[in-house]
Amino acid sequence: MTGDPMTDGPMTDGPMTDEELHELADKQAALGEVRGVPAPDPVNIPMIRHWLAAMGDQNPAYLDKGVAPPAMAQVWTMQGPRATAKDRSPVDDMMAALNAGGYTGVVATNCEQTYHRYARLGERLTPATRFSGLAGPKRTALGVGFFATWNVTWYAEDDEPVAEMLFRVLKFRPPARKTTKDPYPLQPAINQDTAFFWEGVKEGELRIQSCADCGLLRHPPGPLCPHCRSTGRSHTVVSGRGTLYSYVVHHHPPVPGRETPFVVGVVELPEGVRIVGNVVDCPPEEVRIGMSLRVTYRRMDDELVLPMWTPGEP
Amino acid sequence: MTERGPVETGAVLPELSIDLTPTVVVSTALATRDFTPVHHDTQLARAQGSKDIFLNILTTMGLVERYVTDWAGPEAVIKSINVKLGVPAYAGDRLSFDGTVVSLEDGQVTVEIRGKVSLGDHATGTVTLTVPKEDEPC
Repeated sequence: MTGDPMTDGPMTDGPMTDEELHELADKQAALGEVRGVPAPDPVNIPMIRHWLAAMGDQNPAYLDKGVAPPAMAQVWTMQGPRATAKDRSPVDDMMAALNAGGYTGVVATNCEQTYHRYARLGERLTPATRFSGLAGPKRTALGVGFFATWNVTWYAEDDEPVAEMLFRVLKFRPPARKTTKDPYPLQPAINQDTAFFWEGVKEGELRIQSCADCGLLRHPPGPLCPHCRSTGRSHTVVSGRGTLYSYVVHHHPPVPGRETPFVVGVVELPEGVRIVGNVVDCPPEEVRIGMSLRVTYRRMDDELVLPMWTPGEP
Repeated sequence: MTERGPVETGAVLPELSIDLTPTVVVSTALATRDFTPVHHDTQLARAQGSKDIFLNILTTMGLVERYVTDWAGPEAVIKSINVKLGVPAYAGDRLSFDGTVVSLEDGQVTVEIRGKVSLGDHATGTVTLTVPKEDEPC
């Protein structure tokens, strides 16, 4: 055990071929427009004022007329910092498949917004997302990749469309760089079931799988909810805090890529699951069961980042 | 906001230059409810191979809107913003907008805009808007 929580995870399909990626894209597009969760707050003055101040926008029209700046359309339905991924869109599965296929790089290329009218104070907008196409593979300056396009429409309470957006990203295979570090010898098994976790780690988020039906968290990821037996999966971003439930100090035998001794801990998260990982930044003799920890991210080689645990405030 | 000249094809918008301090990058990320770490966590942004934290797309859209309405005035109504995204706008850089009116049809104005940073074009595209009738040339 070297802090890899995924080696016992389910192993399903390997990466998709280009043809299979296009088949998935057609399937996701066929889902049509999928409604998301309504904005947590109605269009309101404090958020508009905050936005105008941050942008340095002194246009008095919005607050005078009781409307939101149109470019705020997406702001109303952004997920907060403790978001769960319950609000899945047809885009998510496509992105996971592209990541699993090695197209891990992402760069947004186009953002096109059309405003049918300005949203008014008190209105609560609901987004709806439609996956609209996959083009590729194409050779680009960043590497070989696929362009994925989707459309979001924001609706008012009476289903009147207020604003629309076309968004396009390039998902590319990062070209093999001149390695500055030898590849870490113990690589996690990343597949479509576990890709969300590793994408989260790269983004600096600790994502834990949850049941899309009863909401129970489970780790490591698995295909079935042990509580309600649903196969519906989602995930949540946890706080990154935890306490040490148990640990070992590994002295022997030698582990490739690691210097002994090192600490392998079982960390209990306040969200209710336990996760295995290295405890770092702390001499092994000072490690104690019950100590407060917070997650930290360590780059192991040019590609791999592992979540580890460092002493932290409760 | 400054007094603008007549809205006519070929009219050039005054340049807007914004110093992208970390405060600008972070405060706009939060005002747009975008908590992705690369927009506020320097260490993490660098670990991912970025030079620094950088502007999020919702802010790029907001600044384009501000740039055009700063010029067009409070009576303008923005109809669309289409942006092609280019190089990242990193903290410590400066974002400079320029723009030109490229068409005026049935009261609908189309402005071509460009936002440049030291690495090149951060955003290029078009904004369509309407301005009150009396502002149009006779």
